[in-house]
Amino acid sequence: MSGIGVITPLFQWAVFLVSAVVSLFASIMMVTRRNPIHSALWLIVAFFSLAVIYLTLHAQFIAVAQVIVYAGAIMMLIVFVIMLIHLESEFVRKRKLSGPKVIGAFITVILFLEVAAAVLAGGGKPAKAAGAALTGSVAEVGNSLYGKYLFPFEIASILLLIGIVGAVVLSRRGKD
Amino acid sequence: MVHGIPSSFYFALSGALFTIGAIGVVTRRNAIIVFMCIELMLNGVNLTFIAAGNMLNSIDGMIFVFFIMTVAAAEAAIGLAIFVLLFRHKGTINVDEINLLKG
Repeated sequence: MSGIGVITPLFQWAVFLVSAVVSLFASIMMVTRRNPIHSALWLIVAFFSLAVIYLTLHAQFIAVAQVIVYAGAIMMLIVFVIMLIHLESEFVRKRKLSGPKVIGAFITVILFLEVAAAVLAGGGKPAKAAGAALTGSVAEVGNSLYGKYLFPFEIASILLLIGIVGAVVLSRRGKD
Repeated sequence: MVHGIPSSFYFALSGALFTIGAIGVVTRRNAIIVFMCIELMLNGVNLTFIAAGNMLNSIDGMIFVFFIMTVAAAEAAIGLAIFVLLFRHKGTINVDEINLLKG
């Protein structure tokens, strides 16, 4: 609470711009790399820079969870599976720019332009200045999570349990 | 005097991340890379939630992101198990060649 208040807006801008550029660059590299391992490593870079952006929004808990859950657990799982499934065929196959791909990418860019137009039409109300009442510290998130959102939290735990059981059942070698 | 960063910058960034992920889903054919692009799209949505929560001075955005992360973790476990199973079964994870629900 006290530490983040002394950060000047100029420094905040610098942090935001650098991490925004890094995250965009890393995600473009992630999409364009041919080797899946390189894609996974670039995606980790994008996740880390997004965690920095969460910090500029005073969401400390989410920034830490981003690093632990996304960059740690999920990416570890993905890299593990990439190494389990050795994909020689992907390197051999020539990547061709077929018509449907170009059309799909074009339509997606139109989607982005629509989103950007909607955002810019909404006007640039500044985000809450440093030292505002809200900080996403662990205490505040925890209070909300175990108070107002207790029931969804329990449902989420059941969802994770189902995920664990499902993964074990699926990856077990079939008897039949 | 330099002012704080406008929320629209965050929204534009999350829209750009979502678009890059969507382009990846449409153009790439490796199932694992498609999966990673979906994760990137989820992150774009997360950034929107955090930025909107910050703009409205509400903590609910962070709670939503927490639940999205839970779903993403469960999705990763199940999805990657399915990819391993598909690879064992068919010897490929190219999404163009996986076109049968029947095993």
